[in-house]
Amino acid sequence: MSTTAAQDIPQSVPGLLARNARQFGKRTAYREKEFGIWQHWTWAETAEEVRAMALGFLVLGVERGDYVAIIGRNRPALYWSMVAAQSVGAIPVPLYQDAVAEEMAYVLDHCGARFVVAGDQEQVDKVIEVQGKVTCIEQILYLDKRGMRKYDHSSMNWLMDVQTEGRAAAQRLGPELDKRLAELSYDHTCVMLYTSGTTGKPKGVVLSNRNIIETSRASSEFDKLKPGDEILAYLPMAWVGDFIFAIGQAYYTGFCVNCPESAQTMMTDLREIGPTYYFAPPRIFETMLTTVMIRMEDASKIKQRLFHYFMAHAREVGPKLLDGKPVSLGARLKYGLGNLLVYGPLKDTLGLRRIRVAYTAGEAIGPEIFEFYRALGINLKQLYGQTEASVFITQQPDGEVRNDTVGVPSPGVEVKIAENGEVYYRSPGTFVEYYKNAESTASTKDPEGWVATGDAGFFEDSTGHLRIIDRAKDVGKMADGGMFAPKYVENKLKFFPNILESVVFGNNRDRCVAFINIDLGAVGSWAERNNIAYSSYQELAGLKRVLDTIQEHVETVNESVAQDEMLSGCQIHRFLVLHKELDADDGEMTRTRKVRRRIVEEKYADLIDALYGDKDSVYTETEVTYEDGRKGKITATLEIRDARVFGAEKKMAAE
Amino acid sequence: MLDTQPEEGYTTADGRKIGGVAMEMRNITLRFGGVTAIKDISFDIRWGEVRAIIGPNGAGKSSMLNVISGFYNPQEGEIIYKGYRRPRMRPYQVARTGIARTFQNIALFEGMSVLDNIMTGRLNHMKANIFQQALWWGTAQREEEENREKVEKVIDFLEIQHIRKTPVARLPYGLKKRVELARALAAEPSILLLDEPMAGMNVEEKEDMCRFILDVNDEFATTIVLIEHDMGVVMDLSDRVVVMDYGKKIGDGTPDEVRNNEEVIKAYLGVTDD
Repeated sequence: MSTTAAQDIPQSVPGLLARNARQFGKRTAYREKEFGIWQHWTWAETAEEVRAMALGFLVLGVERGDYVAIIGRNRPALYWSMVAAQSVGAIPVPLYQDAVAEEMAYVLDHCGARFVVAGDQEQVDKVIEVQGKVTCIEQILYLDKRGMRKYDHSSMNWLMDVQTEGRAAAQRLGPELDKRLAELSYDHTCVMLYTSGTTGKPKGVVLSNRNIIETSRASSEFDKLKPGDEILAYLPMAWVGDFIFAIGQAYYTGFCVNCPESAQTMMTDLREIGPTYYFAPPRIFETMLTTVMIRMEDASKIKQRLFHYFMAHAREVGPKLLDGKPVSLGARLKYGLGNLLVYGPLKDTLGLRRIRVAYTAGEAIGPEIFEFYRALGINLKQLYGQTEASVFITQQPDGEVRNDTVGVPSPGVEVKIAENGEVYYRSPGTFVEYYKNAESTASTKDPEGWVATGDAGFFEDSTGHLRIIDRAKDVGKMADGGMFAPKYVENKLKFFPNILESVVFGNNRDRCVAFINIDLGAVGSWAERNNIAYSSYQELAGLKRVLDTIQEHVETVNESVAQDEMLSGCQIHRFLVLHKELDADDGEMTRTRKVRRRIVEEKYADLIDALYGDKDSVYTETEVTYEDGRKGKITATLEIRDARVFGAEKKMAAE
Repeated sequence: MLDTQPEEGYTTADGRKIGGVAMEMRNITLRFGGVTAIKDISFDIRWGEVRAIIGPNGAGKSSMLNVISGFYNPQEGEIIYKGYRRPRMRPYQVARTGIARTFQNIALFEGMSVLDNIMTGRLNHMKANIFQQALWWGTAQREEEENREKVEKVIDFLEIQHIRKTPVARLPYGLKKRVELARALAAEPSILLLDEPMAGMNVEEKEDMCRFILDVNDEFATTIVLIEHDMGVVMDLSDRVVVMDYGKKIGDGTPDEVRNNEEVIKAYLGVTDD
């Protein structure tokens, strides 16, 4: 089967483009809103534009194997420049447009980019700034002419001028271009993407045509994507997901890629386009939901009641309808009425009315957020992936969607769980190598092609779905040998608006304990509404009623953790509410607001001891750093609470 | 002539071409009853330059701008525009000669959308009569499309796509100022008069506005006359500066020349004569 597929499918993205121009030349391939109007290009026009650009690249002297960096927001011409680069045998390297000059310098230097395609003056300026250090850059091409007139153009070109030159040279260089196009095969590099690199320097992930096209094929078939589908390309071009959605799948199936007018108009453009296939990180779904809720607060009483009434019904019935589970006729009719009055108009406003498939990934999504969209009848699903896998490792099939799993292995992907719980995968999408970094390649990908994800997870026996619980290096063992996955529990806690942050301890101990940080905004406004006076964060955090609420939350979490056979040992036995917010200034968090577990553990050793002791309260002194850098000390006596744990009886009995 | 530059123009250090004289004020005097707002002032504006008028409060800067825009007619003196002496004109007639302006206090139609506000800037370019417009027929339809295209280019240029359909009343101050600039630009003026474009803005908004003013001047070669209090802005933006005090001109020249002019220092810092 794979051999026939390999024969049928063109072996490169430019090959797919040529096929699309032949097969559905009149269909729209790209849209971009400019000057207030959606401009569009058909596949045939796109093929012509890309060819002109590729010829222009030949005029400029782009060689086989050259690296062409692309920096800018999602615009059709920048996507074309990637395909044009591939056409002449070069390798596109999209970069994050919000990267600061030094980060950009590292990547440009590392890949040795000879050519840079920049979106606008801002990006050109950054490239010029690093040109002192990065000497490999020979030509800068830019897309937006604005403000560029006064620049020295001796090694700079307007991208459209390059295209014009290419058109003029069509007869002279056409045969050379055709020769290079014919050379492209599955083993040629399709794209090189730099991973954001939370640890150490970014690594260049080399993805071949095989990786991209096979992955796109499998995933497009999985979700039955087809020509006529629409996506909105608004996520960074340097991110592997954007490359797969807006190039891989778009070229494989021939659907239309829509580019927003500007970053600020994204929501309006989303609404105008009404995509049928959509990806967004949890944060965007969360923001949308918040906006809806805030606007509902301002709506008239009748509308509010209508909204809440039908939303309650939708939460019950909507997900079942999506999953094709039996629903009574009455409930169906009521859902239909709700769709007419509430869900339909709401989806319209959000621009999600035509969605057939929507994905979210990247981090855990709150269950109520997830359920909200499912209730509206939006087929929101989760997937799990990474750059090294050309995105897809697992994804949820229609009808098997749940908030707490990431789905079953994508078609063609093998997944195995190592002894320490780490997830490994092997797939046609598995990356070729890290560019100029054999050492990292070897430590990530073994000779048989298995790649370590760095995440710990397990398959649910009943459903075969994968569940990711934590970063593998954070996962430990309880004293009784059970798995200890702090982040899994912490995420559950953080889904409560009242809880801002939590840190769970328990590695090599017999039970788990937790620090909780309350959310000053949420708890503060609750206190205000209930006429509870408080003068400081510390006082608010110590109020009995606040502690009661937090205790309820902890117990709810315990109850849900108890459902999990493997993780039921991670229930929180005792907890305390910290007297100060964990803060990056105090070194307790990273600047991106991730808890530094080790440091918190050292700094609050006395509190941890107390949690594992038997006293009801503990006195503590903590050094804090104020924003101006001065240091101070705060003291507090913290109450320690015992939380109810669940399902312990069974275990006891088993012992 | 005060200026030292050759008559036929020159190229600035950053590569912009400054042309010959676009407008010349000759001995302008403007009185309101017994009060003399402007006393015998002469200066010129060259094509393509950014010309600033500065001075303490009540110096007559806005009056000068109003003379240029035709809102006031001076009792004495003459204005030579494009080589001809300009007759007495009403402001709308002046506007038709290619002069557009923004106001110190924002003068937008608050209830209308940003787009509609900017469309009003195209009024002088519309010729369809009231019936055609009412029926959106023939000339009216074609004109609207043409003008909308021009307006969209301005919207794109000033990066206000995201508020295209927003009523002006809902916008923050800084954006309103930008919309006003957009409306003036939509008229495709050859001379753009800006009355304190940065008053009341925070640093970031000022930086944006500076960039837009320079870009307008650079991209469309629009001549810009601006009144501004922020000296840093004026000195950075303008090619030449006129300094006024009590209705008189006390300095005229490049920012550096003006900065070192003793009379200017005196007017601004209040040096006592002793």
